This record gives sequence, structure tokens and C-alpha cells, in this order.
Amino acid sequence: MKVIRIDRGEGKFREGLKLLQNSYVAFGPLKEDREVYNFKILGDKTPDLNIQNTYLSPKGIVFPQSEVMLKYTLDETKEDCNLMKEAEKDKKPKAVFGIRPCDAASFLIAKRNFDTADYKDPYWISSYEATTFAGLACNEPCSTCFCKSAGYGPFNEEGLDLLFVDFNSYFLIKVLTPKGEELMKKANWQNVVDSDKALADILSKKTSCEDKFTTSIATSNLKSKTILELYNAPFWEEESFACLNCGTCTFVCPTCWCFDIQDENCGCDGVRMKNWDSCMFPLFTLHGTGHNPRGNKQQRVRQRFMHKLKYYLDKYDKGIQCVGCGRCVRLCPVNIDIRRISEKMNGYKACN
Amino acid sequence: MQNPYLPYPVRIAEIITETEDKNLKTFKFTFLKKEDEENFKYRSGQFSELSVTGKGEIPIGIASSPTEKGFLKFTVNKVGLVSSHLHTMKVGDIMGIRGPMGNSYPWDILEGKNVVIIGGGFAFTTLRSSIIYMLNPENRPKFKEINVIYGARTPGMLLYKEELASWEKRDDIKMHITVDAANDPNWKYNVGFVPTITEKKAPPADKDTYAIICGPPIMIKFTQPVLDKLGYTHDHIIMSLENRMKCGIGMCGRCNIGKEFVCKDGPVFTLAELNKTPKEY
Repeated sequence: MKVIRIDRGEGKFREGLKLLQNSYVAFGPLKEDREVYNFKILGDKTPDLNIQNTYLSPKGIVFPQSEVMLKYTLDETKEDCNLMKEAEKDKKPKAVFGIRPCDAASFLIAKRNFDTADYKDPYWISSYEATTFAGLACNEPCSTCFCKSAGYGPFNEEGLDLLFVDFNSYFLIKVLTPKGEELMKKANWQNVVDSDKALADILSKKTSCEDKFTTSIATSNLKSKTILELYNAPFWEEESFACLNCGTCTFVCPTCWCFDIQDENCGCDGVRMKNWDSCMFPLFTLHGTGHNPRGNKQQRVRQRFMHKLKYYLDKYDKGIQCVGCGRCVRLCPVNIDIRRISEKMNGYKACN
Repeated sequence: MQNPYLPYPVRIAEIITETEDKNLKTFKFTFLKKEDEENFKYRSGQFSELSVTGKGEIPIGIASSPTEKGFLKFTVNKVGLVSSHLHTMKVGDIMGIRGPMGNSYPWDILEGKNVVIIGGGFAFTTLRSSIIYMLNPENRPKFKEINVIYGARTPGMLLYKEELASWEKRDDIKMHITVDAANDPNWKYNVGFVPTITEKKAPPADKDTYAIICGPPIMIKFTQPVLDKLGYTHDHIIMSLENRMKCGIGMCGRCNIGKEFVCKDGPVFTLAELNKTPKEY
């Protein structure tokens, strides 16, 4: 394993960030407004690496909130009237700088949905493949972080091309993939250090962070229960009672991928787009006849948690559809908490 | 990488108004490109996304049969934005089709078996496809007895009236057409709801007899107890579901019933399978 060191003071760090923008569109956490930080295109700004989880997850870099898929003209004087065509895409490589390990892992979870044996979503896949993930390990967990018990962790490397570890005056960087290697070259960050010593230092940081977690999610028994047993459990009514159907949880969640497809016309030109959607909204499942299989909020709240904690688990056998970033826990206006719900599901026994 | 969101361009070749309320039209489409037609290999029971440029897409069961070459047929009820616009379109207009999507009726299992088709209202489209497929001279020997119970509110609301009449005349398919009420004094078929006619006419259950049910929820609700009474086991009752869909390829997340997607893992499920999933359809 190659480990590279960058000293923060020398200007090498800023210089590299500038250099790599010749080859990549670089994103990093930046302050947007008051205390709101989100992933933005860096330009000449320096990413703020002290903030922990950004307000929104960086899923939009790979899977934009609105994305043009196809274009067409409705102008009957044109030969290609009504014919759908692929819209041109900006294929420039992207680099996400300072992404936290939980958010990087969330792309692997969503990949199982978009990159399947039968169908491949070319928009999601090409965007994902064009992106290099330069992650930043977490030295301190937030009070709402439970990535470790969700199956990942503050130094988790899955889904990352590089792992930066912050030692205040310098970074040690684990080069995890050829894509990561390429980025380090482009940024001219090439100060290779003795890896045994560096890996030992990184390991001690990792252990120290892992010991600081105060909260966890219980999932060990979910697999052994049947879908209908959990679906018919009595606690959904109580758990969904306060829900406002605002959709914040799905909006901020790095692993929520549901989308809508809409045609948008402007004069005679138009585009077919993909937009984020949410299982919290009644329109999501409304039939043309007026019938709605998930017409009340109890059904919708149940759908969200059953999807994350049971359907996904059963379908792929790769853990739950949650990386433990804690955004939904922090931002739900009525304190619906995935940890509490998972605990109820995990401990539930139907009485026959 | 093939783009599963890009529809094949098609031309409307024919439009038939099927029902007296004029809310159901059958659209016959031809492909603009020969190679698209060759790529579009489907089985009865599958569906497609019909793409009306500038309006959107709707998931509709394929009413033509794979044995009918050179075109695709869909019968569309006028309901929402896309279907209403489609109803205003004319022969010669260009639009798109994505598919075929979903599984299909389980033809490998149905071979060598008795098939009982039970349909109601405008859910008869993929059942028409199945009947045409089974009656094809090459395929008919592969199936034993075929019974069809098909009901609509009135004689004028039945789909594919000419074909129904021609199947009535054949001796290799037993037709049991019914209407809830007949306003036509010359009506010579059954009068009564589908569950009642099923009870009277459906063959007794055995391990070689499969029922395919497709219809409005109320019909399914009352037909299922009848099939139970007749002794049909739940793995011999085959149903085709509908849910709101967008992508049609199991990605957009809205049509699931538990962990299964109606668009990709369905729309055809046995009742035994459905018994294990949430009833979110």
C-alpha cells in the first residue's frame, strides 16, 4: 500500500488542489450560508475539512437532483420531430475531495440498484465511473453517527480511491486504486513515505475514533424475520404518527435513489429528465384510477424503513441500505429516528 | 452501454375505438427501423412503456402476440395526461416504445397444461395476446384444454369483439363471454358477474390446470374465493399486477411490493408468491 504525505503549511496542498482542477471538476465541502456546508465546485476556494457531515449528502454529484436524459423537438417542420435523442453529456472527470467514508460507501449501495445484470442506467454509471473519490477519514464521530454499527466505519475504504487522514499539520494519504494514483499524479502530491510507520499511525487514529462512538444501530436479527412479520408489526402506527411527509429524510439521505421521469417543454424544444423523488409523497405511487397502494403516511413511513432495513437486506444480502451518516436523525423535524425503528424491528416477535 | 431509457421510434399504423364509451382505443404501431423490430422480442404477459414525446410515458400491457409479426398492439384506457393525449393522436403520428418489460406468463410451466383465462373489463389485453399465442397452429398442440371467461359491464364494453366472435366458433377453445347486464335483446351469451360465471363454467382444479386472472381489484377479490372453492391451489393461480411505474426496469423505486418490483420481477406473480408479499398494489 502506497502512502503519501502532504504538509499543510507548505502551500503544496493548495497548489495541488489548483493543479488537479486542470484535469477534474473538483468538489469539496464549502460553506454555503451561515452554518450550512455542502459539496460545491471548489474553484479557487479551499475545502473546509473541519466540518463533519455536510448538510446534503454528495449523492447529487453522481446522481443530480435534476438530470436531462433525452431531448427532442416538437417542431413539425423538422425532420426529427418527436424523435427522442440522447442529450450531450459533460464527460469531464470529477473529483470529490473530502468526502466522508460513509458517503463514499453509499454509492456502492446505490450501484446495486443502477448497475444490474439486466439493465444498466447509463447516466448513473458513467457519472460514477468518471468520479474519483478522495475521502477524508473521520477523527471524531458526530453525536448522531453510527456508521460503524451500520457495517462501515470512520476509516472505511470501500468506495474510495484515496483516504486522507488528517494529522493537523499534515495528511497521510492511502492510495487505494489506480484512479486515486492518477489524481495524486495530477495534483503533484508524490511524497511517498515509509508505509509501515504511516499505516501504524493511521491505525491508531482509527482505533481512537472508533472508541468515541456513542450510538449504534441494531440489525443482527433483521435477516431472520419474514417480510410480512415486520410489515404487519403494530409499531408502525406509533412510529409514523408524527411524520409530516416533508421528505427531508429521503432528500438528505445518501442512499435514497428513487426518481421520477418528466418531460419538460420550452416552446418547441423539450427534454426528458430524471428528478429525485421520494417515497414519502403520496403522488409517488398514485394510480391513474385514483387508487393508491401507499395512500396514507403510515404505509409510506413503513415503506421507507422496510426498504432500508429489510427489503434491501433480503434482496442483495449485503447489509442494510444505510451507511449511518445520521443526517435523517439530525434533520427530521419530528425526531423520527432510524436507530429507534431498527431496534424495534430487530427486537420484534410476532405473537401467533 | 445500451440506454434503457431511449425509446424505439414507432409510427401509429392504425387506431381502433374498442368500446361504446370511446374510452378504450387499440393502437397498432410499426417500427421505424427494421433492426428495432428484430430486437423487440417479447412473450405474452409482458408490457412496454409507450412514450408520447413532450408528455411522458405510460406502462401498458402488450396486446399483440409474438406470433403476429410486423407490428405491436396496445389497448389504452383514457385516464391521465399521457393516455388522454395519446387518444387525440392520429394514424401516421410518430412516438416511442420502450421494452419489452417485465417477466411474462409462465409459458414454460403452462405447456402441456389446461389453461383457464379469467378476465374482466379492459384488463383483457395481455390475455388477448396469450389466446392468440396459444391458438397459433404451431403452439395449439402444446396446450390441453383452453377455457376463457371474459366479462365486461355491457356488450358494448367488450374488447376485441370480432375476435371474440371468431373464437366462439372454434372447437379448440371454450369461450364463456359474459356481461353484467345486457341492453341488447339479441345478446346470446352469458349474463352475470365474472365470479358467478367462473363458478359455473371453470373446469375443476387438478395439478395440470392453471388459472390466469387479470381484471379490476373487485373482480379479483370475488373470483379468488370461487377458485379456492373449486380447489385451485395458490401456485396454480397466476395474476398480473399493475402499479404506478416510471422507469419500467426496477430502478425508480415506486412499484415495489415488498422486495419485488412489479415492473421487473413481475408483473406476473402466482397467488402463492403474492401471499408472501405486502398487498401494496
